[in-house]
Amino acid sequence: MSETIGYILITVGVLFDILGCVGLVRLPDVYNRLQAATKCVTLGTCMILIGAAVMAFGRGLDALAVKALICTAFVLLTSPTGAHALARGSHKSGVPLWQGSVVDKYQEAEENKS
Amino acid sequence: MNALMNIFIWALAGSSFLCLYRIAMGPTPPDRTVAIDILGTLVVGFCVIMSLLSGKDYYMNIGLSWALLSYIGTLALAKFLERRSFDE
Repeated sequence: MSETIGYILITVGVLFDILGCVGLVRLPDVYNRLQAATKCVTLGTCMILIGAAVMAFGRGLDALAVKALICTAFVLLTSPTGAHALARGSHKSGVPLWQGSVVDKYQEAEENKS
Repeated sequence: MNALMNIFIWALAGSSFLCLYRIAMGPTPPDRTVAIDILGTLVVGFCVIMSLLSGKDYYMNIGLSWALLSYIGTLALAKFLERRSFDE
């Protein structure tokens, strides 16, 4: 039973990883790429880790399961923080938006402040 | 079910090659930084699948420390892109 649940979770996670990397290649802009890649790959890797923890509990590998759960919490905490810092850094270093973008709230806020 | 695990490993390797394509062809430095961050997250998934395949748990130690170091590297590169010093 736990093997089946683990295989289903890992399959969905690997599919999310592939979709995130396809978005990383196909989308036109740094910010769009960051959006697609970070969300899809974070969710996909977290599902892989949770599925691996379920399978390892079923097999009696308790150390592996606990390490996988700790790693899940860590990836969930750090990946949005890193993505936020990257978006801020790329905006401040002057990377232009794609010409089809409609709104840039950060630029408006910077102009209102000064 | 080891065949399914092999399929997972090949799928993650293909995703890593998509990331490497973006690292090689990315027009601006932030593109490359995003791809390096995503590649680090993929390696964590790779490590946990290797650990399940072999039944040893030291691969998971590699994945855990890789996640930590990848996060620190991403923050350092983001600060570098912002043209600021590291200590503020």
